[in-house]
Amino acid sequence: MSGSDDLVIQVRGLVNQFGSQRVHDGLELDVRRGEILGVVGGSGTGKSVLMRAIVGLREPDGGSVRVFGQNLQALPAARRRQVERRFGVLFQDGALFSSLTVGENVQVPLREQYPELDGRQRDMLSDLKIGLAGLPADAADKYPSQLSGGMRKRAALARSLALDPDILFLDEPTAGLDPIGAAAFDQLLGTLRDALGLTVFLITHDLDTLYTICDRVAVLADKKVLVNAPLHEVEAFDHPWVQDYFHGPRGRAAQAASSRQPSTPAAQNETRTPPL
Amino acid sequence: MATPATAGATMTLDDAGNTLRLAGDWTLAQFTRLQPQTERLGKRAAGRRLDLSGIQRLDSAGALLIATLLQQGELSLAQIDGASAEQQALIKATLATLRPVSHPPLRRWSDFLHRVGQASMELLDQVRRLLGFVGQVTATLPGALLRPRRWRLTSLVHHIEQVGLDALPIIALLTFMVGAVITFLGAVVLRDFGASVFAVELVSFSFLREFGVLLTAILLAGRTASAFTAQIGAMKSREEIDAIRTLGMDPIQVLVIPRLLALLVALPLLTFIAMVCGILGGLVICAMSLDISPAMFLARFQDTFEIRHFIVGMIKAPVFAMVIGLIGCLEGFKVSGSAESVGQRTTSSVVQAIFMVILLDAIFALVFQELGW
Ligand SMILES: Nc1ncnc2c1ncn2[C@@H]1O[C@H](COP(=O)(O)OP(=O)(O)OP(=O)(O)O)[C@@H](O)[C@H]1O
Ligand SMILES: [Mg+2]
Repeated sequence: MSGSDDLVIQVRGLVNQFGSQRVHDGLELDVRRGEILGVVGGSGTGKSVLMRAIVGLREPDGGSVRVFGQNLQALPAARRRQVERRFGVLFQDGALFSSLTVGENVQVPLREQYPELDGRQRDMLSDLKIGLAGLPADAADKYPSQLSGGMRKRAALARSLALDPDILFLDEPTAGLDPIGAAAFDQLLGTLRDALGLTVFLITHDLDTLYTICDRVAVLADKKVLVNAPLHEVEAFDHPWVQDYFHGPRGRAAQAASSRQPSTPAAQNETRTPPL
Repeated sequence: MATPATAGATMTLDDAGNTLRLAGDWTLAQFTRLQPQTERLGKRAAGRRLDLSGIQRLDSAGALLIATLLQQGELSLAQIDGASAEQQALIKATLATLRPVSHPPLRRWSDFLHRVGQASMELLDQVRRLLGFVGQVTATLPGALLRPRRWRLTSLVHHIEQVGLDALPIIALLTFMVGAVITFLGAVVLRDFGASVFAVELVSFSFLREFGVLLTAILLAGRTASAFTAQIGAMKSREEIDAIRTLGMDPIQVLVIPRLLALLVALPLLTFIAMVCGILGGLVICAMSLDISPAMFLARFQDTFEIRHFIVGMIKAPVFAMVIGLIGCLEGFKVSGSAESVGQRTTSSVVQAIFMVILLDAIFALVFQELGW
């Protein structure tokens, strides 16, 4: 199952550097098709930078990044856009277009990629994504500056889902959401992954998210990916940061909470009521 | 690409079994084609079963169509056959988002009146805010001036560098060229009267009284007012101004006063340089094409120089500085959340600042004429 066909993202020997500060040094990472990969690491360990390097917003200072088996940096512009169309990206601070309403924000990629859709069809689709992201329907006509912080996160998620991407990159999607909303979000992600065969690259600090939906967890520390394995293996990994992270008070609480519930993601999707 | 040959999506009504069979790719790419079809089916979906076993790919756009079918026919999820658990879950999630949505109604002609009214009220509000802002600044400024410890020296020096020093080359070059052009034009006209030496008075008068300060002010209105608006506006849109307030500081103290003081220092200095460069431009042209040697130019300049011309020019500099600074900062505070509004306010601040500078200059000219200066 781990033939290289199944690897949607392959990062090899990645080096990223800002001035004299080396953020990544020989980083290696594989993401398999259809999995939800949780990426964790302390603040400033370079999770966001890694995401930017993978989606091609940042040219690495060394090493290579292959997505769907192709090196984005080497592709001609048109082919590259074709690959990028299959990405959905949620930036850490939302990056919504501030001069457009939430509905228009979601429609931007639709308009661009599917010009044949008429206005009403676009409205239908954007309302769907806004609803899926857990926003009330009247949020569609609001401007980002009129939303709360958590609602902006959801609006950004709605936009990243607009084209039904194959890979979803999420940078701390549940930061700033209330716990109930965060749980519903986890569940939505599971539903989408199961139904659409999404691959999800999920940067998070939220232990509950890791325990509920992530198939594997990659730990970033010391400028590398320390481990990239299923959760129970990562928990046992011998590194001070990993031990503190998973066996600190919060880690234990999340662990306890997850063992009280059915443990496989698929089972949860059936037992709980769908989201939002 | 991973998209296999798209199996065209189909929807067939099987009357015998009373089922609606869906097949193929129900995806976003097929949405334009499928959406009218499902809509036309409408109520006829009622009482039937949906068979999804033929569906190869289903994404959320396809799920949306199936959900609308269910809604139109008042069917429930139980009436769906042949869907995998994942597809069921997706359709269920989609169904939950289907709520009647009311988008704002289309524009009507009476909206025109509404907008005219709104614009007039906004204009009044703007005047009120400008006056309020001027009041606030005048109340803060003397206090800040009297207490040197409140001058925020670092910030002040930084702004003087940005406003003054960085603008120096362009102002020097611009006024030098304008001085040259005016001298040349004047000399061409005056030569016919055999009075080309009066070109010296022409350039020195015009630069001391008007052009030195006016050109500087217009340039700073474009350069500095816009910078102030963009800086303060970006801070406003990222809630930094609110942060300043909650940290117990006064945004006017922190942001406006140093900028105003910097302009008050820099604009008169730049004006002086503009005067010198303009006259220098005249001198060079005189020497090059009018047979008036630099020595002669300077002698003539000294004979005709009157300090009142210099004062008339200089007195306007601090006034223009205040106007440019106030407009630039106020427009910055008017920025609302969006990035677009930063652009709008910046444009408006430049236009207003240039307009006010020229208007005030005209008023000054009238007043000085009446005074006989
Ligand atoms: N544009 C940039 N210029 C200079 N340094 C940068 C830049 N972007 C990121 N860095 C540095 O790279 C390091 C990693 O940043 P990154 O944003 O990836 O952290 P992170 O792991 O996402 O942290 P967090 O969990 O807080 O979001 C930081 O030390 C940061 O200072
Ligand atoms: Mg980050």
